[in-house]
Amino acid sequence: MSDLLRIEKLRYTWPGESRPVLDIAEFSIARGERVFLKGPSGSGKSTLLAAIGGLIQPDGGRIRFDNTDLGSLSAAARDRFRAEHLGVIFQQFNLLPWLDVRANVTLPCRFSRTRAKRAGDVGVAAERLLDAMDLAPEQRGKRADELSVGQQQRVAAARALIGKPQLVLADEPTSALDSDRRQAFIELLFAQIEAAGSALLFVSHDPDLAHDFDREVSLPEINRAGVAA
Amino acid sequence: MNLFGLAFRSLLNRRFAVVLTVLTIALSIALLVLVEQMRSEVHDGFYRSVSGTDLIVGARTAPIQLLLYSVFGIGDATNNVSWETYQELANTSDVAWAIPMALGDMHRGYRVMGTDHDLFEHYRYGNRQALEFAAGRAFDDLFEVVVGHQVARQLDYTIGEPVVLSHGTGRTALQQHEEHPFTISGILAPTGTPVDQTLYVSLAAHRAIHIGWERGTRMPGAEIDADAARERADALRPDSVTAILLGLNTRAAVFGLQRRINDYRAEALTAIMPGITLQELWRITGLAEQILRVVAGLVVLAGLLGMLTVLLTTLNERRREMAILRANGARPWQIAGLLVFEAGLIAACGIICGVLLALLAQALAAPWLLTTFGLHVAASWPAAGLWLVLAGILLAGLVIGLVPALMAYRRTLADGMQVKM
Repeated sequence: MSDLLRIEKLRYTWPGESRPVLDIAEFSIARGERVFLKGPSGSGKSTLLAAIGGLIQPDGGRIRFDNTDLGSLSAAARDRFRAEHLGVIFQQFNLLPWLDVRANVTLPCRFSRTRAKRAGDVGVAAERLLDAMDLAPEQRGKRADELSVGQQQRVAAARALIGKPQLVLADEPTSALDSDRRQAFIELLFAQIEAAGSALLFVSHDPDLAHDFDREVSLPEINRAGVAA
Repeated sequence: MNLFGLAFRSLLNRRFAVVLTVLTIALSIALLVLVEQMRSEVHDGFYRSVSGTDLIVGARTAPIQLLLYSVFGIGDATNNVSWETYQELANTSDVAWAIPMALGDMHRGYRVMGTDHDLFEHYRYGNRQALEFAAGRAFDDLFEVVVGHQVARQLDYTIGEPVVLSHGTGRTALQQHEEHPFTISGILAPTGTPVDQTLYVSLAAHRAIHIGWERGTRMPGAEIDADAARERADALRPDSVTAILLGLNTRAAVFGLQRRINDYRAEALTAIMPGITLQELWRITGLAEQILRVVAGLVVLAGLLGMLTVLLTTLNERRREMAILRANGARPWQIAGLLVFEAGLIAACGIICGVLLALLAQALAAPWLLTTFGLHVAASWPAAGLWLVLAGILLAGLVIGLVPALMAYRRTLADGMQVKM
């Protein structure tokens, strides 16, 4: 089975910096694989996610996603690629505060027709994902900033999963949750990742979470650039 | 399109600042529209009053002054035209009609004009319209008076009511012609000209009430009593009139006749073509109009800069919002487009509210203009040229929206997908 994501000799230096923040010889994710990427803050986690998301253009090396070379795509094509194939969950502040929950979940479908098509009936898909993420129906008409942090993260997970993206990038999505909720969130997330058939790249510095994943990777070990400034 | 929905929701979220910004722009637009509308309405209003008159003749004076005191009741005449000259002019072959105007009396703030039936027959205003009676008829008996539409409305007059005229054109402490009360014989239909603000009596009546007033005030015992005056009515005529409105048989004769009157030997006269004199008047007021325009333009600019300030200050707070949009597939140009759309929507709302505000202000100012200058100013829709200016302002709003849009564009490229705030 071919890899979903394959990174080779990836190098990136932020503009104005003298030392590279990323220098990764090889890293790959298989289809449907759940990878736990561990690393302290400043080890280049967010930069790696931005590179995979096509938001920054690497200085060297290749990122292949599903047999597409991201480096060969134009900026507009990378934006389209991100909208079609990636779901994203941040640490916090995932949602547009002035949209209601449903509109937040369907947000990626506004930017990608392919994604909307895969979701089928976008409204129904949103309700189903919110059901799965255990968000009560009476919460769904509320503005996003009226929800608790835990509820917001579950809405963000529903949004990342709508339209079945092939890869979900999660950047410390549980760091704002207490430990009970953390476990519950990961269980809900895993169930839906599996249902959607997506792969998951889960970035965290909390090693306690690693045991349920298919594979655990330590970023400092694969990133030869070491800890950046 | 979905993006516009997003922009709209985002604006709604910041409605307080947005409404204030719209209000700022609306006020500036209202000022601009008002200045422009009032200018053209006042010009039109003045022109309406004299559109059917070929020449106005008065004693030697400045043309603008003659125009203002004869037709618009602004200022007073310093000299009159003799009766003989009036007769001679009326009988000149080029002249189709001559309407005499004998001024000098008031009634409760409104001008009283001594004239004759030629006024009702020949005077034309606006689009060549003749005067019409809303009720009653022209004066027939010596002590009958015809009142303009506004006079009747403001003073609540009906046919048959008695009216006492006051001597002099000052506003206060007038001496009354109470020994000769008049009866209202007719009320004119509205014209939107100073006619609406005027009372009309016959020249004979004008003379009759001034018998015994030759020194400018009443000489007790010298007045004529009403019945004696009626008996002599045919012989009663004033020594002079204040001004004469002339209509010619052919418009082509106007230049020749104007020159002949201005060169008239027996008496120093001034003849003016009202349209041309109005142009001169507008040339004088033109500087003030230009200044008003520039001020209004600067206020609009200040409004637009206010919008830029609001958009720029919220840009920082919205950095997270943009990163979220970007992570979910929004392209940089779409985020820039959101900001341009916002600016355009604010500017468009401001312009629409501004025009409505201007119409409201015009409607409110109309009664004042009507009573003060006899000008009928309708709350009218802006002219095509003004719409072009407004479109230009909308365009300027969009261009101003480009500033935060470009900043957001560059920032979203630099921020990547991180939401570090």
